[in-house]
Amino acid sequence: MPVLTMRLLRFPSRFALVLMVLGAALFWLPASVLAASATPTDDEVNAVASQLYCPVCENVPLDVCGTQACSQWRAIIRQKLQAGWSASRIHAFFAEQYGARVLASPPFAGASVLFWLVPLALLSAGVLVLVRVLRKPAPAAPDLAVPVSAAHAARLERELDDWR
Amino acid sequence: MIAALSLPHLLLADFGLSAALLAFCSALYAIPAALRKDARWLASARNAAIAPFVLLTLAVACLEGLLYSGAFGLQYVNAVTSRAMPWYLRLTALWGGQAGSLFFWCWLLSGYSALVMLRNWRRERDLQPGVTIVLMVTLLFFLGLVIGLENPFNKLWVAPGGSVSAGILQPAGALPFAPADGRGLNPLLRHPGMIIHPPMLYLGFIGFVVPYAFAIAALVAGRRDDAWIRVTRRWTLVAWMFLSLGLLLGGRWAYDVLGWGGYWGWDPVEIAAFMPWLTATAFLHSVLIQEKRGMFKHWNMSLIILTYALVVLGTFLTRSGVLSSVHAFAQSAIGPWFFAFVALMACVSLGLLLKRWELLRGDNALDSWLSREGLFLLNNLIFMGIVAACLWGVMYPIISELFTGQKVTVGPPYYERTTGPLFAALLLLMGVAPLAAWRAGAARRLGRAFWKPALVAGLLPAGALLSGITQLAALLGLWLAALVACVTLYEFYRGAQARARITGSGFWPSFVQLVLRNRRRYGGFTIHLGVVLMAFGIIGIELFQSETQATLAYGEQLSIGNYQLRYDSLVEFPAADGRVITRATLNVNQNGRLVTQLFPRRDFFTDSQQPMTIPAIYSTLAGDLYVLLVGWEPAGAGGATFKVYVNPLVNWLWAGGLVFIIGTLVATWPERHELQTAAERARALHLPARSVTGGV
Repeated sequence: MPVLTMRLLRFPSRFALVLMVLGAALFWLPASVLAASATPTDDEVNAVASQLYCPVCENVPLDVCGTQACSQWRAIIRQKLQAGWSASRIHAFFAEQYGARVLASPPFAGASVLFWLVPLALLSAGVLVLVRVLRKPAPAAPDLAVPVSAAHAARLERELDDWR
Repeated sequence: MIAALSLPHLLLADFGLSAALLAFCSALYAIPAALRKDARWLASARNAAIAPFVLLTLAVACLEGLLYSGAFGLQYVNAVTSRAMPWYLRLTALWGGQAGSLFFWCWLLSGYSALVMLRNWRRERDLQPGVTIVLMVTLLFFLGLVIGLENPFNKLWVAPGGSVSAGILQPAGALPFAPADGRGLNPLLRHPGMIIHPPMLYLGFIGFVVPYAFAIAALVAGRRDDAWIRVTRRWTLVAWMFLSLGLLLGGRWAYDVLGWGGYWGWDPVEIAAFMPWLTATAFLHSVLIQEKRGMFKHWNMSLIILTYALVVLGTFLTRSGVLSSVHAFAQSAIGPWFFAFVALMACVSLGLLLKRWELLRGDNALDSWLSREGLFLLNNLIFMGIVAACLWGVMYPIISELFTGQKVTVGPPYYERTTGPLFAALLLLMGVAPLAAWRAGAARRLGRAFWKPALVAGLLPAGALLSGITQLAALLGLWLAALVACVTLYEFYRGAQARARITGSGFWPSFVQLVLRNRRRYGGFTIHLGVVLMAFGIIGIELFQSETQATLAYGEQLSIGNYQLRYDSLVEFPAADGRVITRATLNVNQNGRLVTQLFPRRDFFTDSQQPMTIPAIYSTLAGDLYVLLVGWEPAGAGGATFKVYVNPLVNWLWAGGLVFIIGTLVATWPERHELQTAAERARALHLPARSVTGGV
């Protein structure tokens, strides 16, 4: 016994390591057991369902849809969550089963890439045109070239303000 | 013996149909008459353009009589009314279905046309033929759809084999057929919001036909001035106000009835109504520049043409079934016609615009992007960006189904990502543009005017940061909204102060005077303040909404935010109109103190087998507690499931909407000098002043 204690004391780092692994195992094991068995809460189910649309109820997200079919889908989500699936895996599962239309927006994959690229292209084109126009020197305004005294300018501003 | 329509019903239906047919003929006659270059023919065309309103009013009265008295032998009456419905719902069922709402569309358009003929006739004689023709062509198209394809006066017939069909004329061998009761209006539409929302939306939609008609008439007549804008300014504002009101009421209806805790779901039907509003808002801003500086003439023409096209497109999208699927569109009788009409009108309008392109060159060039007009143009471009994003989102599912056969959903994530930054940019411009001067756009001068409000506005996000809000979008949004509020309120203050100095009267009398003297400008600023309030509401609900769902037994409670809700009881009882109501009672405590009782319920309409979830809402200025009853065990005591939302600041959205509408009213109200000139003109013509008060 004393020999063992001596050995452990001689290798404090190894001792600590053993303790840590044991501790981690203690904490980790029940946690994973719990994750697989605990029923997911309604809120967890809704968080996943709110990003899905069933093919029948147009434009009603799954988390608020009151039909029988939608409540069955929510039951499936609950099962999958209980089995430890992630939200994105569940979304992919439904998309595979029922088509891309169950997703809240087209995925950035396949033909739908175009869907996301068009607004981006439009925006960049718009910004480019704006930048080009902005860079172009403004046409000289001849009547502004006439020197105007500061007092005159201030009065003009004031009167313009009153007028408009 | 099969029941048939009673004789009074038969007479009413045939009289109404005849009146509608006569209205069609009258509108058809007005077009060639207006084309004659002769004053008497033109006067005749004018009368022929007023007559459809009288005739369609008679036809609408007939249809209302049929709806009210339950003529279930008519296909439309049978589809939207039932004996159990109260009288006001039977009357408003006029716009409860496809045929009726298109007919209602026609009637409103004929009303607008008649008003234009009566009020705007004396001015701008060379625009009259064009205006008459555009209004009548639009009316003919819609009336043609109604009479030919979606006739609300269609009768039901039963063939010897027992199959029921609908039509105006009796099929060979068939007998008239009148069921004892109708199917009744969709329960979702039996709500005060839904009673007022469609007429408001339609009044807005159709109102834009008037400025469009004047714009096209100006192109045809080869005018290069802005008379068409001045004449229709108030028309545009009135249409815009109705459309805004329609959108707001639609949002409120969705919040109260659809039971998903929100007011706007980026549904294609909503967007179809939103797009013309966006282009019209851009138009309202950019016409100011044309009036003051004679610029942007092509742009304004394009905007009003686009608005008109989007109005017809919006009606097409919502009415043809194209949104649910391309196949529904192909099967719908009216879809292809609509498509052809939009295409035709767009081509003709753009052709005319190109023909007059040289004529419409601006009187001035843009001096600087930081000038008022430069920033207005930027504002317009951002509005167009939002329209483009919306249009792409609405059309993509149709394109995808057409080319790949795959149906897709384009939902909130897309719209929030694309339009969110653009709306933020609009808020920034709303804060900057009032500070910019016309023409001159010195960055230094603008910077001097900008830094103070920018700093003051920074106090709000700073406070929010201290209270623990770290979301960047929220902080930015709060800063932008506060910036607009500061700049706008300062504009009011500065104007009133200056006026008080000049007139020597007190601040508040000067303030009232200031607004009354320049209603358009200060009405506009009031609208901006409304937008600020709405922005706070939208930031609150979009970024800070929280929700929870739980199944409770009697006496159990759930918590959300600082609220605790205790489930007390559940009752189930039938209502008079065939509903079965299941209603829960919840006691609501806030920070441990009882504040209210809520009664969320589920109505089940037995005849249509349709459930409806009615939320119970506890409203405060800080936000709404919004409770839905989503399910329950048959015995009730076993447990009921509640979905609870806390929607922070959402009531600021509704209050903002109210301020918005008030601002529009202020801007629309005729100014005193306009009334005076109208009165002078009336005196000169020996006419009562009312009849010549100028454009609406």
